[in-house]
Amino acid sequence: MAVYKRTYKTYSGPRTLPWSRFLILTRFSYTRLFQSKFVMFFISACFFYPVGCLAFIYFSHNVQLLALLSLGDAKLPPVDGKFFFTFCKIQSNLAFLLTALVAPGLISPDLANGAMPLYFSRPFSRTEYALGKITPLALLLSLVTWIPGLILYAAQAGLSGWDWTKQNLWMAEAIFLGLITWVTILSLISLALSAWVKWKLAAGALVLAVFVAGAGFGAAINNVLRTHYGGLISLNQVVYTIWGELFRYDWGGQLSLSQAWFVVIFTSAICLWLLAKRIRPFEVVK
Amino acid sequence: MQSVIELAGLGVRFGKRDILKDLTVALAGRTIGLLGPNGAGKSTLIQTLMGFCPITAGSARVFGHDVKRETNKVRELVGYMPENDSFIAHQSAVSFVRMMAELSGLPSDAALERAHEVLYYVGLGEARYRQLGTYSLGMKQLAKLAQALVHGPRLLILDEPTNGLDPAARQRMVRLIREIKESGQMHLLLCSHLLRDVEETCEEVLILKQGRIVHYSNLEEERRANKSFVEIETAGNDAGLAEELSGLGCNCTATGTGRFRMLLPEGFELREIYRVAAARDLQLRRLSHRRDTLEDIFLKAIEDGHGGL
Repeated sequence: MAVYKRTYKTYSGPRTLPWSRFLILTRFSYTRLFQSKFVMFFISACFFYPVGCLAFIYFSHNVQLLALLSLGDAKLPPVDGKFFFTFCKIQSNLAFLLTALVAPGLISPDLANGAMPLYFSRPFSRTEYALGKITPLALLLSLVTWIPGLILYAAQAGLSGWDWTKQNLWMAEAIFLGLITWVTILSLISLALSAWVKWKLAAGALVLAVFVAGAGFGAAINNVLRTHYGGLISLNQVVYTIWGELFRYDWGGQLSLSQAWFVVIFTSAICLWLLAKRIRPFEVVK
Repeated sequence: MQSVIELAGLGVRFGKRDILKDLTVALAGRTIGLLGPNGAGKSTLIQTLMGFCPITAGSARVFGHDVKRETNKVRELVGYMPENDSFIAHQSAVSFVRMMAELSGLPSDAALERAHEVLYYVGLGEARYRQLGTYSLGMKQLAKLAQALVHGPRLLILDEPTNGLDPAARQRMVRLIREIKESGQMHLLLCSHLLRDVEETCEEVLILKQGRIVHYSNLEEERRANKSFVEIETAGNDAGLAEELSGLGCNCTATGTGRFRMLLPEGFELREIYRVAAARDLQLRRLSHRRDTLEDIFLKAIEDGHGGL
C-alpha cells in the first residue's frame, strides 16, 4: 500500500522465525553504535597491536628481510605461550575499554525510557532480549580479542609449517578459551551494571570502577593482610591465572586455577541473576 | 460470538497482597472500557493479559488463547500502548516502529513499509523522521499508538491514551480511536480515568474497585434501554395527568411541581403525551429521554462497591 494513503490495514503476510528475532536487536544496536566516530576510531585502534604482531611474525620468518635490515643475528623473541599471553593481556585491556564505551548504551537507555513493556508486549522473551543485547558486545569484543589472536596463530602456523602447528595446537585452544572467558565475563558484568544504573555515563563509570577498584582493593587486601586472597576480587588477576595455565606460562600470580574458575563462575552467576531481576516488563514498586 | 477477553476466577497477587481477586467476565464487544479509581487494578489486569504478571488463581484468555500457556500467541494478537513514557532513545519514529514490527515477526521490508504507513495513519506524517527524544508528549503518545498498531493486532490495548494531552491532542486521539473502532478491523480495550473518553468510544464498560469487578455493562444496550425512560416538564393545571398517562400504560410518577418521570411501555408513541397535554390545554415545556451518563454508572458502581454481573 502506498504511503500517501492514510488508511489502516491489518497485516497478514509472512512472519520471521521466532528464534532469529534476537538478532534484530543486535542489528539495531550496531546501526546506532557505528554512528559514533569515536567508537569507530577506538575499534580501529584496537587492531594496531595485532597488526604489529602480524608484522613481527612475518619478519621473524623472513630471513632475507632480516638480513637486509642487518638483524640476521638478532635474537628475536619466539612466538610461544608468553607471546600470546602478552597479546591477550594487551587486547583484553583494550576490550575492557571498549566495553566501558559501548556496554552502557545497550540496556540503560531502554530502562531510562521505560521501553521494556514495548519489547515484552511482543512475542519476545527476556532471554531473547538479553541475548540480543549481549550479542553485539560479545561479537565486537571477539573481533578485537580471540579472532585476531587466532589469525596470528594461523599466520605463525602457516609460516612455521605443519610440525609446529601440530605441536602447538594447544595455543589455539588457549587463545580461544582464554579470551572467550574474558569476553563472556566482560559482557555479563557490563550488561548487568548497565541494567542497574539507568544513567548511561554512570553505568560506564561503574564498569570502569568495578575492574579498577577491584584490582586496587585486591592489592590493598594482599598488602595489609599479607595474603593472596585479595586477588579473588581482582578480575584481572583471576583471568591471568586462567591464561597462565592455558598458555603454560608462569606469570607470577598466586591464585590457584580452581579458585580462578570459581570466581569466574560465581561472578557470571551473580550477573545473570542481576540481569534476571532487572530485565522485566515492569518495575515492581515495594 | 467468540469472547475477546475471558476471565475465570482470575487472581493476581504481589507478595502478600491480592491485587486482582476472583475476576470472572466474558467481554465480546468491539470496544471495551476499563474503569476504576486509582489502585483498582486496571493496569495490573492489562499487564496480566499481556503475560507480564504471574496469575495466582483462575485463568485469563484472549481470543480463546490462555495467557499463561500461550503467551506468545496472545502477544502476536495484541497491540499494547503503555501508560507511561515508553520509547527507545536515539531513534527516529520510523526506525522505532520498524524495530517493534520486526520484533513482532514482520520481515524487515514489510516492517519498514508498515512503519511508514502506520505513522502516517496516526498523523505523524513528516515528523516520522525525527528523533523520538525531540517529540512533544502528544507526539510520543501517537508514536506509542503506532507501535501498537504496526503488526496488525486483533486487539488493541490502550492504557490511558489521552494522559497528559492538551484538549486538541486529546480530541485527535479520541477521533483516531473512534476511526480504529469504526474500521471494524480490531477490538479495543481502553483504560482511562477520563470517563468522557470511554463514553465517546466504548460499547462495554468494566468497572473495577479494589481488585474486583463492581460493574459491567453494555453501554449500547443501556442507551437503547434508556430510550423508554422519559422526563417531562409542564406548565398549567396538571392535576390528573399522571393518572391519565398511567391509564395509557406508562409508569408515571410526579417528581416535583410540573415534573413527571415515566417509563414508557413497548411500542408507545411519544405523540400520545403531546395529545394528552393538548387535550388538557397543558403546556409541555420539556420532554427528554432520561439517560444514565457513564459518570452516573461509575459513581453508582463505586458507591455500591459490590454491584455484580
